[in-house]
Amino acid sequence: MSQAASAAIPSSPGAASRLMALVAVAAVVLAVALFAGPRYGLLLLIGLGFGLTLEGFRFGFTGPWRRMILERDASGLLAQLICIAIVASLAFPLLAANGAELKGAHAPIGVAMIGGAFVFGAAMQIVLGCGSGTLVNAGSGNAIGAVALPFFAIGSFAGAYHLTWWTNLGSLPVMVLSGGQGLAITLIGLAAIAGLALILGKRGSHRLPARYWGAILALAGLAILHLVVAGQPWGVVYGLGLWVAKVVVGLGGDLSGSAFWSAPGNQAQVAASVLTDVTSLTDFGLIGGAALMAWWRAGLASPIGILPARAWVAVIVAGLVLGYSSRLAFGCNIGAFFSGIGTGSAHGWIWFVAAFAGSWVGVRIRPSLGLEARK
Amino acid sequence: MIRAHVTMAMLVLMAGFIAFDAVAADPLNPYAAPPMLALGSGMAAAGAHCAAPPPT
Repeated sequence: MSQAASAAIPSSPGAASRLMALVAVAAVVLAVALFAGPRYGLLLLIGLGFGLTLEGFRFGFTGPWRRMILERDASGLLAQLICIAIVASLAFPLLAANGAELKGAHAPIGVAMIGGAFVFGAAMQIVLGCGSGTLVNAGSGNAIGAVALPFFAIGSFAGAYHLTWWTNLGSLPVMVLSGGQGLAITLIGLAAIAGLALILGKRGSHRLPARYWGAILALAGLAILHLVVAGQPWGVVYGLGLWVAKVVVGLGGDLSGSAFWSAPGNQAQVAASVLTDVTSLTDFGLIGGAALMAWWRAGLASPIGILPARAWVAVIVAGLVLGYSSRLAFGCNIGAFFSGIGTGSAHGWIWFVAAFAGSWVGVRIRPSLGLEARK
Repeated sequence: MIRAHVTMAMLVLMAGFIAFDAVAADPLNPYAAPPMLALGSGMAAAGAHCAAPPPT
């Protein structure tokens, strides 16, 4: 190997650097546990685990849907369904036996919810990142994710600000599958989608790569741990909107015009430390865990790709749309699809259908925005 | 510009926001914090979640 070639290959950090990084991370987690409370330190640790898992196994939600639509590769979608099935198998009995202490990601199905999920599905294919994906991408040095993230947060704040108006357009009561019968229906539903994906998918889609199995087991374990620790399932987008609400109030803004942000629970959360908000802690962990994993395997040395101006405009608009629509849809791929279906919410199933249809559109819009080579 | 610059910018922004919040928000009180695990705590889950229906 020539000297020039060997110099171009980024080297992984040494053992001492890795040890120092682990000590620094442990110190941050311990500080949060000491100054905010042990639950909050543990939630930050769980968030770091989510970030390490998603970046480490190169697993996500947007890419597998894109590959299913464009290449008929169903393997990533199958992995998601298996992961949700494992979570549901453990979460349903936990929720049934501990209904006073634990709650699911249960939301109403409505006009705005369905429309929001469709639009979210399209926008996530434009930036190639859902809620968790945008955080992981930003943490691992992806410039598109980093630019989209603040606008995602602004959109999430604005969507929550207007949420009551949107839900008043028409919503059904919250419908929940629960107990043994609910779990059976959920598992049959997941199996039916998996069967359909295999029928529509190309040959060999049923063979999942080893890294998918690692991601499935790690994500399912962390999701159940999250439910046990926080009393609620994993979510992403509430925290992003909360960050903007805090900045608005910090700059002297008034949120009394919003039924959502002026509700006592949300007012209290805006006033309280961000280190006591469940979704903020796991969101911080997602960014930090992805950054740590990317640095660990020397993935931060590659140059940032150059995109045309219209691509950056598209990323900003898509970021805003992601945030706004995810609030109308009562969650992103995590809060609605993964945690919603995993804890028995009917809205998770409708979300999946609407968001997948939106993804089909988003995949086709993306090339015209300058974000990839046109075919 | 390389990916490390983007990651560093994100971490600095995150730390900056947490510092801003530490000044602007109510002070932390670990003695008023909930038990480490919600399961078995005897307390109702009170955290905010994106799937929670809006206030009526």
